[in-house]
Amino acid sequence: MDIQIALLLAQDGIVNGAIYALLALALVLVFAVTRVIFIPQGEFLAFGALTLASFQAAKVPGTLWLLIGMGIAISIIELASSSRLRGGRRRLTFALGWNLAYPAVLAAIVLLAKPGDWPLVLQVVLALALVVPLGPMIYRLVYQPLASASVLVLLIVSVAVHLALVGLGLLFFGAEGSRTPAFSEASFSLGDVTITGQTLWVIGASLLLIVGLYLFFERSLWGKALRATAINRVGAQLMGISTTQAGKLCFLLAAAIGAMSGILVAPITTIYYDTGFLVGLKGFVAAIVGGMVSYPLAAAGAILVGLLESFSSFWASAFKEVIVFTLIIPVLLWRSMTTRHVEEEEE
Amino acid sequence: MNKKLKLLVGSMIMALAGASQADINVGVTLSATGPAASLGIPEKNTFALMPTSIGGQKINYIVLDDASDTTTAVKNARKLLSEDKVDVLVGSTITPNSLAMIDVAAEAETPMISMAASARIVDTANPKVRWVFKTPQNDIQMSTAIVEHMLNNKVQTVAFIGFSDAYGEGWYQEFSKIAEARKLKIVANERYNRADTSVTGQALKVMSAKPDAVLVAGSGTPAALPQKTLKEKGYKGAYYQTHGVANMDFLRVCGKDCEGTFLPAGPVLVAGQLPDGNPIKKVAMDYTTKYEATHGKGTTSTFGAHAWDAGILLQNAIPTALKKAQPGTKEFRAALRDALEGLKNVTVSHGIVNMSAQDHLGFDQRARVMVEVKAGGWKLVQ
Repeated sequence: MDIQIALLLAQDGIVNGAIYALLALALVLVFAVTRVIFIPQGEFLAFGALTLASFQAAKVPGTLWLLIGMGIAISIIELASSSRLRGGRRRLTFALGWNLAYPAVLAAIVLLAKPGDWPLVLQVVLALALVVPLGPMIYRLVYQPLASASVLVLLIVSVAVHLALVGLGLLFFGAEGSRTPAFSEASFSLGDVTITGQTLWVIGASLLLIVGLYLFFERSLWGKALRATAINRVGAQLMGISTTQAGKLCFLLAAAIGAMSGILVAPITTIYYDTGFLVGLKGFVAAIVGGMVSYPLAAAGAILVGLLESFSSFWASAFKEVIVFTLIIPVLLWRSMTTRHVEEEEE
Repeated sequence: MNKKLKLLVGSMIMALAGASQADINVGVTLSATGPAASLGIPEKNTFALMPTSIGGQKINYIVLDDASDTTTAVKNARKLLSEDKVDVLVGSTITPNSLAMIDVAAEAETPMISMAASARIVDTANPKVRWVFKTPQNDIQMSTAIVEHMLNNKVQTVAFIGFSDAYGEGWYQEFSKIAEARKLKIVANERYNRADTSVTGQALKVMSAKPDAVLVAGSGTPAALPQKTLKEKGYKGAYYQTHGVANMDFLRVCGKDCEGTFLPAGPVLVAGQLPDGNPIKKVAMDYTTKYEATHGKGTTSTFGAHAWDAGILLQNAIPTALKKAQPGTKEFRAALRDALEGLKNVTVSHGIVNMSAQDHLGFDQRARVMVEVKAGGWKLVQ
C-alpha cells in the first residue's frame, strides 16, 4: 500500500463518513427529543434519492401517493378529534391545509408540470418537498399516540414502521436501483489524487448542515425548545413547550436530513429501495459511539466508521461488515464501564 | 336482480365444475420480494402468460411469494402439497430456497422444477434429486465460456470481484477451477456486499495487482458498482460480467461505463440476433414477443425465461404422463417425473434440453452465448 492508495481510501472513507454523520445526527436528535430509536431513518435516504431518480426517468414517484394517503389518514383522525378540543376549528383548518391541500398542490405540480425537464436544482427542491413532510406525518400517525410509551415499545414500533416503509419502497420503485447525475462533473487533481466535484459537494453540504443544526439549536427559539424537551420532557411541558410540536419538528428535521443525504449520495452510488437500512445502521453505530446523546462524538464516530470501512475493504473485503459492526462491542463495553447506568424513569 | 342471480348461479356451477373435474395443479413458489425480487418479479409475470390448458386438461397455476426466504419457501412448498394437492412444484428463484425444497418434494414424491442456477440442486449424489429438475444453466457452463473468451483474447491475468454471498462464492469456486486448468492466473480475489455504497478499497486492490481483465460476479444492478468505480479510477483492462446482470436495469444504471463489457448469457437475451437456422430463435422470440406485448418493449429478462422454460418442459411432459394416470394421484406425479426425465430434444428459450437420469438439466453448449454491451444494448459475439 502506497501513499496514493491511502489517500484515495481516506477520501472515500470521509465521503461515506459524512453521509453516516448526517444520519447519526438525525438519529441522536430524534432519540434525544422523543426517545424513539428511529430505525426508518435510512428509508428517507432511499426515498429522497429514488424520488429524484423517478423525476429524471419521467415517472411519477410512488412517494406522492404515500404523501396523499397519509395526509388523508391524518385528516380523518383530526376531524374525529377536533370537536372535543378547545380551539379545534383553527387547528383543524391548519391540519387540513397541510395534510390535504399541500399534497394536492404537489400532486398537481408533479402530474401536470413534467418535472423531468426541469433543472436539477428544482427537481431536488421538489423531491425534498415530497419526502420531507412524510417525517412529521409518520410522527403524527404512529408515534404521537404512543408518546408516553417505553423506549422498548417505541423501538418495536420503529421496526414495524421500517418494514412497512421498505415494503412500500419496493412497491414504489421496484427491485432495481437507480443513480442520478452528479451535481458537478468537475474534478481536481491534488498531486496524484483526483477529487471529484461530487465529493466536495457531499462534504461541503454535510458540513453546512451540521453548522446549520448547531446554529438552530444554539440560537433559535425552536431549537432551544427542542433542547429543553430533550433534557427534561415534563419540565419543558411546564414551561409551555408542546412536546407534540417538538416531536413533529424533530421528525421534520430528521426526514430533511435523511432525504438530503440520499440526494447527495445518489450520484456516487446506486441506491435501492432497501439501501437506506444498511447506511442507517452504520449511522446508528456512529450514534452509539456518541452514546445516543452527543452530537460531536456521533459525527466523529461516523467518520471513524467511514474510514474503517474503506480501509478494511482494501485489506479484507470479505470481512468488511464484520469489522465495522464489531466496532460496537468495544464501544459498548467502554461506555458501560465509564458511565453509571440510570434506570429509565417509570411514568 | 335477474342478471345478478344468473351471475351467481353461473359462478356456482363453475365452482362446482372446477372442484369435480381433475385439473392439473402447478404449485409455484418464487421470490417476488426480498433481495431476489428483480429475478422473481419477471418470473411471476411469466406465469401469467402461460397456457391454461395442456393436452386438453385445465392447468391451475398457484403462485406464492417466498420473499427470498428459505423458511418461507419450504412452508410454501408444504402448503402447496398439502392444501392445494399440486401435481408438480415449480421454484424457487434462488439456490438456498431450492435446495431446502428438495426434501419436501422428495418426501411427497412430487416432481419439482427449480429456477435457480446452482449445479448442486440437481447433483445426483443426493438420491432425493430423482424428483428435482432445473431450467437455468449451471455456473460451470458460463464460467467455461468466459475463460474461453478470455484466452482467445490473450488475457493472462484476471482479477475476481464478487458478491460476498453464495453467488460470488459459487462463481469463484467454478471460475478458479477452470482458470487453473487452463493456466489463467487469478491475481486478486475481492468481495463486496450487494448493498455496499462504495467499493473503492476493493477497486484499488484490484488495480494494484494489474490484471489484464476483471471479472465481476454479481447479479442485477449491484454488479454495476465495481465496474463504475474501476472506470472512475482509470482501470483500462477488459471487463467481464456474469449472466446475473442480463437485464435492462443493469444497462440503465451502468450507462456508458459498461460499453464493451463481455458476459455469457442464455441465447434468449439476444433472441433477435440469433441466426435463422438456430431452432432456439423461434422459441425465444415467441417468449419475448408475448412478454413484451404485456409489459412493454425491452422488458424481457433471462430470469423470466427460466420460468417460461419450466412451462415448456411441463407442456412436453404432461401429455405423456396423462396417458398413464389421472391428475391428482400419486401415479400421475410419478408418471410426470418419468416423462420429465425422458424429455429429448426439447427446444426451450435458453437452449435445447436432453434429460437423462444423470442429467436433470439437459443443456449443452448451445445453451449459452457470449454477449457484448454495445450502444446501450446486448450484442451477440459471433
